[in-house]
Amino acid sequence: MIRQSVQCLLTLTVLTGLVYPLLVTVIAQGLFPNAANGSLLTNNGHITGSRLLGQPFENPKYFWSRPSATGPFAYNTASSSGSNFGPLNPDFRKALETRIAALKAANPQGGDIPIDLITASASGLDPHISPAAAEYQLARVSNVRGINVAHARELIARYTDTPQLGFLGNAGVNVLLLNQALDRKE
Amino acid sequence: MTSLEWIQIVVYFAVLFALVKPLGAYMAAIYSKQEPGPAKVLKPLESVIYKLSGIDPSTEMSWADYAKSMLLFNAAGLLLVYAILRTQQWMPWNPQSFGPLDPHTAWNIAVSFATNTNWQNYGGETVLSYFSQMSALTVQNFVSAASGMAVAVALARGLSRRQTKSIGNFWSDLIRSTIYVLLPLSFALALVLASQGVVQNLHPYQPASLTEPTTGEKNAKVTEQLIPMGPAASQIAIKQLGTNGGGFFNANSAHPFENPTPLSNLLQMLSIILIPAAFCFTFGQMVNDKRQGWALLAVMLIIFLPLMATCIGSETVTSPVYSKLGISGPNMEGKEVRIGIMNSGLWAAATTAASNGSVNSMHDSYLPLGGAAQLFLMQLGEVIFGGVGSGLYGLVVFAILAVFLAGLMVGRTPEYLGKKIEAFEMKMASLTILVPPACSLIGTAVGVVSVQGIAALFNYGPHGFSEILYAFTSMGNNNGSAFGGYSANAPLINTVGGIAMLASRYWVALPVLAIAGSLAAKKTVPPSAGTLPTHSGLFVMMLAGTVVIVGALAFIPALALGPIVEHLRLMK
Repeated sequence: MIRQSVQCLLTLTVLTGLVYPLLVTVIAQGLFPNAANGSLLTNNGHITGSRLLGQPFENPKYFWSRPSATGPFAYNTASSSGSNFGPLNPDFRKALETRIAALKAANPQGGDIPIDLITASASGLDPHISPAAAEYQLARVSNVRGINVAHARELIARYTDTPQLGFLGNAGVNVLLLNQALDRKE
Repeated sequence: MTSLEWIQIVVYFAVLFALVKPLGAYMAAIYSKQEPGPAKVLKPLESVIYKLSGIDPSTEMSWADYAKSMLLFNAAGLLLVYAILRTQQWMPWNPQSFGPLDPHTAWNIAVSFATNTNWQNYGGETVLSYFSQMSALTVQNFVSAASGMAVAVALARGLSRRQTKSIGNFWSDLIRSTIYVLLPLSFALALVLASQGVVQNLHPYQPASLTEPTTGEKNAKVTEQLIPMGPAASQIAIKQLGTNGGGFFNANSAHPFENPTPLSNLLQMLSIILIPAAFCFTFGQMVNDKRQGWALLAVMLIIFLPLMATCIGSETVTSPVYSKLGISGPNMEGKEVRIGIMNSGLWAAATTAASNGSVNSMHDSYLPLGGAAQLFLMQLGEVIFGGVGSGLYGLVVFAILAVFLAGLMVGRTPEYLGKKIEAFEMKMASLTILVPPACSLIGTAVGVVSVQGIAALFNYGPHGFSEILYAFTSMGNNNGSAFGGYSANAPLINTVGGIAMLASRYWVALPVLAIAGSLAAKKTVPPSAGTLPTHSGLFVMMLAGTVVIVGALAFIPALALGPIVEHLRLMK
């Protein structure tokens, strides 16, 4: 029985641990090379990010991403992580207050702060903000860049992922794509 | 909830229930040595595996031989995982040059994956090579699931056979589960996931320049992101289908590379519950009374739906945490925009009900009632859907307890599916039902009184207690999800947790096989006027009540110290 266990394990290891993943790799590389390789964005052959992974933004000329809890810097793609703050953690409360203050200072036009802009995402790499969060920052970004609000709003719409198949998931604005598009306009 | 979210819930359950019967019937055929339709093309593969393994699939086994084969096979798997993790620096496909893991970390991972728990004390992208992910972890994702399915099938045979010693052949059940059920489903799901953006390659991590440089440790300028790569899609497919749950990346299914789109989210969420739900139908078919399978599925749903509603509801309303700061909205801390609140809450309930343990939102940041629902779903013993196979056999054991209780009430010898339930079965059933709560609570006690257990805390007060309770509940019920703030990679927690995972897996599976053997040896009594029908609405309520009361008796005191106190403080 020991011999059978070991032989069976090794056989199944070759099948499910080598043949299966390598076969999926070969087929995925053939059919969906871009998706299977991280949906990378390039500029003149240089990688500028992934459309699925967010980046940190602090400059007022950019739309800001959601807070990120990855260490040692925000949106560290090599080390995904949420904050894991419990709801009553005093440090969580402090973080919320700091973020609210920073948003109010940067967006003097006011309005309700959308909750996704003050809460850290689960992966720390969320590429999206809610459409409300983009609208909240719209006045600031158009102002700093000196561009037409209606035009900026069009760009937001262009980089908004709407519910898939018309009903799945939530609409989200891809912050990196939007900001890269804004930079290209300049 | 918005109308779109209601549509999504309806679609989710509609697709799930549409698949229960065809998949359940297919699996019943597979376990009766038939290969329906296209499955025939895999027949040669099956024969090759038997030949290479030196197995004669036609020999029938007693329950003791069946159990021995399973234990030896799982022990061999555990040792192989341990060996690979300790030597990954010398193995191929390690582009990031990761070193070997510590002995206690490797032990915990090996136990965790061999027992279908897939508790993670590590972040995949920071410590594991592609070779380790594929040939150590992906393999256990398959075979630990297949082992659970084999035990469930053996129990169904024990109930349907008469006056025989044999309950089937473990190797045949293991291998047929793997190649006819898990492998084709995983293969299809992996490709769809890859099309959505789940990575599947062997490339080194790719540096990408940031649009706006940021600052890191000690104000050092950071201009690049290092984008992780790897053969993720193939592992994530089986991680969901086999109720494993161990993520390729640290953030598990919240990571955009594991779960990039709402469609990938829906398919993974379906996969979490698909096989455990379909197994109810398989069971009904195997015991020649489909109503029995539907009754078990009804019990699962009756318990699942209210806890799911709690999980979603607690996150949807604005909590006092935010309203005190003048902010309104759902609890988005630890959740992703593309996934949203409803799909986070539904997933959290599904993954804790099934012993899956993958997460698409961070459970540690749920409001206390949402966290309590997750804890309670695990504490019911992982029988509400539960693990593939293990959920079903767990619930059948509860059914045995329920007919026993009913028998006590009316003073008749209890019967289940025509088999008399006697002292031996009740002893084994009691072991099965008591071991997981004992593992969870003793582990929690060790965590609470030990220096290492406390040092691992991230949150304090009642939420800190919840972190420890969640950790040992998850390991003690082979779930694998976590309140992620708890830094569980410490020698004591790894060791005690490893023991808890082993005990709750095998001290449940072995008594179940003993019950299967004992029942197979008995005559089947035809139903009489005094027989309690076990497919009726009355019995469904009685069984659901038994599951909930046993879970509540064991865990309400512990829940009172954690999420219940926290909720009261939150509402103050």
